[in-house]
Amino acid sequence: MVLIETKRLKKYFPVPSGHLHAVDDINLQINKGETLGIVGESGCGKSTLGRVILRLHEATSGEVLYDGMDINTFNASEMRHMRQIMQIIFQDPYASLNPRMTIGQSISEPLRLHKIYNKKNEIRERVEELMELVGLPKRSYNQYPHEFDGGRRQRVVIARALTINPKFIVCDEPVSALDVSIQAQILNLLMDLQKNMGLTYMFISHDLSVVKHISTNIGVMYLGQMIEKAPKKDIFRNPLHPYTIALLSAIPSINIKEKSKKIILKGEITSPINPKPGCRFAARCPFSIDICRAQIPKLIEVEKDHSVACYRYKEIQNKTLHYNII
Amino acid sequence: MLEIKNLSVHYVTDAITAKAVNDISFSVNKGESMGLVGETGAGKTTTALSIMQLVPDPPGIIVDGEIWFEGKNIIYNTDKENQAMRGNGISMIFQDPMTALNPIMTIGDQLNEILTTHQKISKKQAKKQVIELLEIVGIKEDRYNDFPHQFSGGQKQRVVIAMSLLCKPRLLIADEPTTALDVTIQAQVLEIINSLKAKFNMAIILITHDLGVVAETCNKIAIMYAGQIVEMGTVEDVYLSPKHPYTKGLFDSIPKLDDDTTQLIPIEGQVSNASDLPTGCYFHPRCRFCKDICKTQQPLIKGDAHKFMCHFDVFTKGAIK
Repeated sequence: MVLIETKRLKKYFPVPSGHLHAVDDINLQINKGETLGIVGESGCGKSTLGRVILRLHEATSGEVLYDGMDINTFNASEMRHMRQIMQIIFQDPYASLNPRMTIGQSISEPLRLHKIYNKKNEIRERVEELMELVGLPKRSYNQYPHEFDGGRRQRVVIARALTINPKFIVCDEPVSALDVSIQAQILNLLMDLQKNMGLTYMFISHDLSVVKHISTNIGVMYLGQMIEKAPKKDIFRNPLHPYTIALLSAIPSINIKEKSKKIILKGEITSPINPKPGCRFAARCPFSIDICRAQIPKLIEVEKDHSVACYRYKEIQNKTLHYNII
Repeated sequence: MLEIKNLSVHYVTDAITAKAVNDISFSVNKGESMGLVGETGAGKTTTALSIMQLVPDPPGIIVDGEIWFEGKNIIYNTDKENQAMRGNGISMIFQDPMTALNPIMTIGDQLNEILTTHQKISKKQAKKQVIELLEIVGIKEDRYNDFPHQFSGGQKQRVVIAMSLLCKPRLLIADEPTTALDVTIQAQVLEIINSLKAKFNMAIILITHDLGVVAETCNKIAIMYAGQIVEMGTVEDVYLSPKHPYTKGLFDSIPKLDDDTTQLIPIEGQVSNASDLPTGCYFHPRCRFCKDICKTQQPLIKGDAHKFMCHFDVFTKGAIK
């Protein structure tokens, strides 16, 4: 069952020199209980996409459907109800907790705001239940965020996101500020919660190995556009877009027995302000031809559930087109 | 060429003493590259700063140990001797390219300044060398008069790399040189460091928390935990048969691309506070194999080429489960 769907979703930011195309024509679907991983480099619009879906930014155009309802048409009170269903976990657990509030106050704030419980002891009971769920000791109730390290703060943030029983959570780089040993603890926690509570995630990260670990499907973004989308196994076994292929090969591997050869892309990500017509990746793509620079390729389904936006994917698929690796 | 013996660095304030580096020893030879790996607060950067003689004092104090660079114990260096050593002998790439550059100087001027400070060279010659090196790291000549804010993150990091290589140092310390960069740009930068290493025959100490980066660029590795080197050896030895429970824990907690495990095995607990280190082995509160002896007695360093610091040899002999 499709829980979240976007149709032709766009978000342009006005800047002095024109429009910054942060999210440009994104169509995606997330099934209930599944995780869609969104990967891409800094500035590709993945965080903006997450925020537009939650309506933390107003979309420039397009639809965001939750269970078939377009939330962009909701009024303020309807939206307040939606906020209970949709939550977000931010990257920086240091910035997302109020330093003057105790852990207990932070976690219970959504309960008080949405007036879910009235009695103090009911609130306290619920908060302690949540703290246990995310692996925090009950004695931390009256402690302040500065007494906690990054991993435990992120647990507090997760507990706070869960207080009002959301159905859908956008996780925006939730583990990238954490050390690897702590990162694994938080990833395991998120996956356990999903299994036990039937949560649906959109998981945004620049770290492909983390995304691969947690996701059901993966979407690769480049300069505001979705350029490839597939179940995670297909993305890794059979990447079709030249950018995805280069991105995968650039990840440093700890496997020293089989040293993989690196594809070194020339140049850098181009500007998202008033982008040139055509494929956004064309300037860095060794395979680009005239049509790539003239018209944006559409994201089309080329195998079951596997979509790619590239004019030359067929040649890549049949291996007649490949990177020259030295 | 560089040998560190029993180095300890503490940060002392009225209230607390943070033991950042505790009795570490290692050496790096010409042409070698060593990865220094550990989590936040493991003492990696303090180690690097001690080698550069840049530990902020106060509160930092080198309480014990020797740092031998090219036959000289540099701990007793005067400021003037340090000045001569930095740049020409040892140079460092700092983690954050955004803060390592002066925002109100063109990059040309900044790079020029380094050459004219450290070497007797005319301005004209300096400019020629700067342009040559910028070319090597892939920055075109016409960017010479641009300011740092006109460059992207990856380009800035390449400017910083050029900066650290200008005086052709014999030892380069790179402190998380690619952490702030995207993977495709990271691949570009690592490629440049690798090719320059061969070209200038430098020794490199690469500080990182990314085991993948070390596998791609280094031949030796030292794993740090709570200010100690808990395991050290060639990359092959350490990656293929880790001996210390912490090293093993690090490998187990990384999601792997070429393997479909569903559950990661994290290291339980948190990194110890440097001002309140546990008794015995510093890793014992988080160790799956902890025994009574670990709580009271600090383990000695075992092994010759492949060194590790643990009372037991849990992974090879299978003595304990």
